[in-house]
Amino acid sequence: MTRLERNEKLTRLALLLVAFSAVSILLVITIFIFSEGTPVMFRYGLQKFLFGLDWFPLEKSYGLLPMIIGSLFVTAGALIIGIPFGLACAIVLTEFSSKRLRRLLKPIIELLAGIPSVVYGFMGVVILVPFIRDNLGGPGLSVLAASIILGIMILPTVISISIDSLEAVPRSYREGSIALGATRWQTTRMVMFPAAKSGIIASIILGMGRAIGETMAVIMIAGNAAIIPRSLLDPVRTLTSNIALEMGYAAGEHREALFATGVILFIIIMVLNTIANLTSKRRTP
Amino acid sequence: MGKTVIRAKNFSHFFGSVPALKNINLDIFQNEIFGIIGPAGSGKSTFLRALNRLNDLIPNSWPEGILEIGGRDVYAPGTSVVELRRRLGMVFATPVPLPRSIFENIVFGARMAGEKNRGRLTELVADCLKKTALWEEVMDRLETSALKLSGGQQQRLCLARILALRPEFIMLDEPTSGLDPISTMKIEETLRKLQAEYTIILVTNNTKQAARVADRTAFFLNGELIEVDTTERIFSAPSDQRTNDYISGKFG
Amino acid sequence: MRIYVDPKIEQRFFRAVLWLFTGVTVFILFFIIFYVLKRGLPVVSLGFLTKNPVEMGKAGGIFSTIVGTVALTLLAILIATPLGVGSAIYLTEYTRENWVTRVIRFGSECLAGIPSIIFGLFGFILFVTKLGLGWSLLSGGLTLAFMILPTIIRTSEEAIQSVPYAYREVSFSLGGTKWQTVTRVVLPSALPGIATGVILGVGRSIGETAAVIFTAGSSLHIPTSLFSSSRTMSVHFYILAREGISMANAYGTAAVLIIAILIINVLAYTLMNKFMRKYC
Repeated sequence: MTRLERNEKLTRLALLLVAFSAVSILLVITIFIFSEGTPVMFRYGLQKFLFGLDWFPLEKSYGLLPMIIGSLFVTAGALIIGIPFGLACAIVLTEFSSKRLRRLLKPIIELLAGIPSVVYGFMGVVILVPFIRDNLGGPGLSVLAASIILGIMILPTVISISIDSLEAVPRSYREGSIALGATRWQTTRMVMFPAAKSGIIASIILGMGRAIGETMAVIMIAGNAAIIPRSLLDPVRTLTSNIALEMGYAAGEHREALFATGVILFIIIMVLNTIANLTSKRRTP
Repeated sequence: MGKTVIRAKNFSHFFGSVPALKNINLDIFQNEIFGIIGPAGSGKSTFLRALNRLNDLIPNSWPEGILEIGGRDVYAPGTSVVELRRRLGMVFATPVPLPRSIFENIVFGARMAGEKNRGRLTELVADCLKKTALWEEVMDRLETSALKLSGGQQQRLCLARILALRPEFIMLDEPTSGLDPISTMKIEETLRKLQAEYTIILVTNNTKQAARVADRTAFFLNGELIEVDTTERIFSAPSDQRTNDYISGKFG
Repeated sequence: MRIYVDPKIEQRFFRAVLWLFTGVTVFILFFIIFYVLKRGLPVVSLGFLTKNPVEMGKAGGIFSTIVGTVALTLLAILIATPLGVGSAIYLTEYTRENWVTRVIRFGSECLAGIPSIIFGLFGFILFVTKLGLGWSLLSGGLTLAFMILPTIIRTSEEAIQSVPYAYREVSFSLGGTKWQTVTRVVLPSALPGIATGVILGVGRSIGETAAVIFTAGSSLHIPTSLFSSSRTMSVHFYILAREGISMANAYGTAAVLIIAILIINVLAYTLMNKFMRKYC
């Protein structure tokens, strides 16, 4: 064997090590977040931590329930807004537009993903929040404002993954249905959608993950009061904002409690990722 | 008849559990043009790709039996696949120029072997292009992309590219299947000229091409070697009925 | 009982609804861009781009934050690209689908889903405190690199996979080793696709705030070394807007950000198109 051929084994090994970088990083992140966050959870009491209503870190009171519920509220709101718009765009782009229009619209919609989250938050502050305050009442900084902005922010995720799964449906399905006299809409509803179902569900779950994980935009428009909101117009604090708001000055047990908040967030995200991964893998080729 | 340079003894090649080649026994002699004919799926390409071990790239495939080049088993442990492939230049069915200049295409193999001397590389390019009758056509545009050449020129470029390896064997896998008659003729003429220096194995789906060019011809069917003989005998008095049926166009 | 609706009319109705929703989505995008540019562009002048912020950003320009953004992004790309492309090469060229590749892919997908605030927490605890790098370009660059790694892996993998198999066969048949084949044939052909992934990573780095603010800090000085704390444009914009320091300068910074993102997206899209025309 030549020298180069003998080196191949080393190259392969080096590349294998590199290829494990993503997994290793994931592992290291998990270890650090958990080792920083879990001790305080157990010291304080897991039940009090998860179901406590009072978050007064200076008085050593770390009830996380308002934030957990806050995250769920804004995420649900984001999905209610994001799913119809996202799926509509995906269907229009795959089923109801000419090739040329698609080539024009797709990059435009992908641009939504490129806009920084602070800009979305800012748009919420200068347009949406005053609008809600003046027309619907309340402080404006609210569940509603956060839901709308997050709904827009998850669109790129929902749209691009739905498009991928709709495009992965074999052409013969569509052609077969059209040949049987079905309209495009009937084909979409009765053939394409069921065939692409798992991918579309995955897109929604991943969109959900984005909504739960979003931080800066939410801080700017949600009002951040650590109490369970009673209406759509009440302010709300999410898990992510809880971390970002207090990280700057927290120390000692307080900081540990913020890492514990990160642990909860991390677990939610990993569960969602795994579900999305399993759903889209089950897609039959 | 020259001396035997390639010898297959009970050689088989499996893809999964399916044998693509079954118990092949044949000898190829030095400086002959050895034609291989047979319908699609008969194992002709697999045989070529067994010789330069390109079949290694296919997952879950393995050889059985003995396949020798110059008396050494191709599949013996410790064999340098890189050196093996440099000894057996291969031209594919569709011309595959790499997305580089004509010059860089030809010196590609030499560069991978570590040649850096610009003078020697330039000489190599001229030499190989002349041998494939391409020099006159491209000498003033060696730096243009090889993708701009016509199909026939591209295939001759691929031939020139393997000559630059200074191989012992030239293997061609249906080299003219996508070409027009004039380009085909040029390639065949080139092969006849190259015969003095190389041993040539020509796999073709065009029986007439084998009749025109090959010294001896083998007929493959369903992974088996049906018969091998001088081209004259194969085409005038084949000993097997299936050979006769194939060359007279009853199937394939 | 179901009422019979003529499928043609049903289709017309739903087509209109779907297009309306799509129209609204496109409108929102254009609205955001125009709104920010209309208010921000008048603020953007040569001085705004080349002068340092004065009085926490109330006056002056955004020069040091541009430097911070470029330095941080460059650092993240320099770290993430070799790791990402190397991973993609291993996954596509050096192995077949098995449990190892499944683990690697799953890890990469999970990493892609982790919220940026978690990256921020992680970068803060590991780089800023445990490793003692403090709030610095290095801490921020490493954190961002980890964040954009999955994007680069995925796009590189797709780019490498779309290089025709025949090129590899030719290289092998000409006596190339696997590594030679990868570096001389596969990577050059996949380059535009890989570049697209890197550019998308640049876009994410520029727009990121949560992961950066806790790792690179928010110093308004021009960074002088890898260990200097530095403020990016996104962080600067966030602080200006949230603390109400200067709305005009906030709009100006946002306009520069939006323009950068637009350029990056157009660049990525053009490269991808060129790549697709060549191979697909």
